[in-house]
Amino acid sequence: MLKALKVRRSQGRQYLPDLRAATARGFRGLPVLKGEPCPEGCRACLDACPTTAIALAPLRLDLGRCVFCDGCAQACPPGRIEFTPEHRMAGDSPEGLVVQEGRAALPAVAVSKALADLFGRSLKLRSVSSGGCNGCELELNALGNVNFDLGRFGIEFVASPRHADGLVLTGPLTANMREALELAWAGMPAPRFVVAVGACAISGGPYAGSTVLARQFLGREVPVLYVPGCPPHPLSIIAGILDLLGVELPTEGPAS
Amino acid sequence: MSAATFLAPVASLGLDARAFFDAAAVRLGAGARAITFYGQPADDPAALTLTLLLEAGGRLEVLRTEVQRRQGFHALTPAYPALHAFERELHEQHGVVPHFHPWLKPLRFPSPGPAGMTGFPFYSLEGKEVHEVAVGPIHAGVIEPGHFRFSCLGETVHHLEIQLGYQHRGVEALLLGPDPRALAPLVETIAGDASVAHAWASADALEALASFSPAPALETWRGLGLELERIGMHLAGLSGMANDVAFLQGAASYGRLRTTAINTTMQACGSRFGRGWVRPGGFRSTLRGGQADTLRAALSLLEADLRLIDDRMLSSSSLRHRLDGVGTVTRAQALELGLVGAAARASGVAIDLRADLPGALHARLPVTPVVEPGGDCLARALVRMRELGQSIGWCRAALDAHPGVAPATAPLGPLAPRTLAIGLRESWRGEVVHALETDADGRLRHYKVQDPSLRNWHGLALSLRGNDISDFPICNKSFDLSYCGHDL
Repeated sequence: MLKALKVRRSQGRQYLPDLRAATARGFRGLPVLKGEPCPEGCRACLDACPTTAIALAPLRLDLGRCVFCDGCAQACPPGRIEFTPEHRMAGDSPEGLVVQEGRAALPAVAVSKALADLFGRSLKLRSVSSGGCNGCELELNALGNVNFDLGRFGIEFVASPRHADGLVLTGPLTANMREALELAWAGMPAPRFVVAVGACAISGGPYAGSTVLARQFLGREVPVLYVPGCPPHPLSIIAGILDLLGVELPTEGPAS
Repeated sequence: MSAATFLAPVASLGLDARAFFDAAAVRLGAGARAITFYGQPADDPAALTLTLLLEAGGRLEVLRTEVQRRQGFHALTPAYPALHAFERELHEQHGVVPHFHPWLKPLRFPSPGPAGMTGFPFYSLEGKEVHEVAVGPIHAGVIEPGHFRFSCLGETVHHLEIQLGYQHRGVEALLLGPDPRALAPLVETIAGDASVAHAWASADALEALASFSPAPALETWRGLGLELERIGMHLAGLSGMANDVAFLQGAASYGRLRTTAINTTMQACGSRFGRGWVRPGGFRSTLRGGQADTLRAALSLLEADLRLIDDRMLSSSSLRHRLDGVGTVTRAQALELGLVGAAARASGVAIDLRADLPGALHARLPVTPVVEPGGDCLARALVRMRELGQSIGWCRAALDAHPGVAPATAPLGPLAPRTLAIGLRESWRGEVVHALETDADGRLRHYKVQDPSLRNWHGLALSLRGNDISDFPICNKSFDLSYCGHDL
């Protein structure tokens, strides 16, 4: 008993009271593209990018493809590309994930009135990994730990598709998982929706050129939420889901 | 070049088939350990080149030969069962038959046919009371997919067969991309929870091919990345094991300490998974100024809190009861199956690449393998607890030796032509192997990857025999193997 109390005391307060205000110190997150023009004929960033996430004239970076390796930022002679610690990167459409140069809009998730009415106070999610490398999967697991504690909003991962409202997809969608994914989706009662987490799920990521994928599922079922990253920070996933459901957070946490 | 890396001109390798199999039998019979055994197309399309990497007494040796694809070869597995997975892979990837292989089943279904993943030839028990339980590929938790088939009498599992391949992404084909020096982001996703180990083994091989010798400080800081990865994943493993036996204080405590560990990694390199830490020719870190102090503070917090939590875990008799004697793999079984890494050390097998092939880094900052004799879930938990302490101590010693190091990246020069380089690193799970071979123009001709999971999945299957089926989750978590790393 004393040992249990000692452990409890060592733990202190671990949860992040205000998940929207929380920052990820040191995280290589949302890139910003600065306005200076590119040197004539330069394509250093294109050559450095392992996932063809970058386009030129004007400079654009697709977060849905980006694996946040920082290769482009290191290669760019005038330093136009800079990765910031900003973790809020989720979007509600693939087009919205393309970062433009200058002051163009950042990725954003509009509140879905329909989903908020249905799931705003209780959302059950079923994870299906289809080639996920255990990076995204571990970050999904981290959502439930004592630090992020997504359960406080009634948002939880469940064991059966029958109990789930949302399907959280990770991985590039392998051909060998195709049948199992379809079965899991068929087992989910409507209303239901899909969330794509990580570069692999959104675009195939580093596996986009693989010949053993089967991405037809995502051609048919359009996700309501895309969370970029390799893997995404748990705060990126949380911000996306809370924004989608329009969950209001208390403006102040308990005194620390 | 570190002694942990094998490097040789291809022309210096190669025996005729008879000499190859004789030499293999002599070496293996004398106690050499097979680290990898793989195939690749030979110049003659009718032939297949076989490469066997052996380790004995801290020395690496490669045996190589060519066999005729149509003819096949006599399997080594009947005499040396530790090679069973390699020969299954040779059969599946190249169509060559290792004759008299006792368990020649699909490994990962690399090219799914119309039947898809169905039709796996499961071993089945017969009898009126026998029943089978099928689990997966999708599991109850948030984990990667794989299928488990239990043959039971009542609650007792008599045989578990594991069908993998669901995660097959075609990694090895993609690794032969245009520029081998730009592969690191892909390599880091081979098994995404062992990014640093894979990136480093790959960099080892590339640097050997490019005749680049990393400076001691650079190697030390790569070692810090590897140990932080080990700390983070051992904490994840202990948290998961505590959760699987409903010991919630342990699950919460190890879980929040993992947050501390991986956030420290993030401060150092921008990613909680060490992505970007190791690059061929260098390492990258965004820590500036008091970088060593940040790491030291995290290590001290981990050490102090782990002492309390480990003590709490191990003094709970109900928890010990759920781990003690559960899922036992004996030392003899571990040796016979060729288990590697923490799972082997928990069965009393003292292997650890950091000690067996120390290279310059681990000669300066040595590691003694942490060995537990029990072979059960408790032993696999104890190995993690002790290795956490060991890694924390290693990191401190590394920081003393090289307290603050500027990030370094040196673009690698051209790769030596017609050369085989094999990089090896001890990940938290076990040995990671990257074998790279160049052609006459110094381009990559072949890239073979091996995650320790390839060898250890069969250990999990064996650990279930005679156990209650309800002990499966704790046994599975105690091995904590990679599906992606196996399926490639």
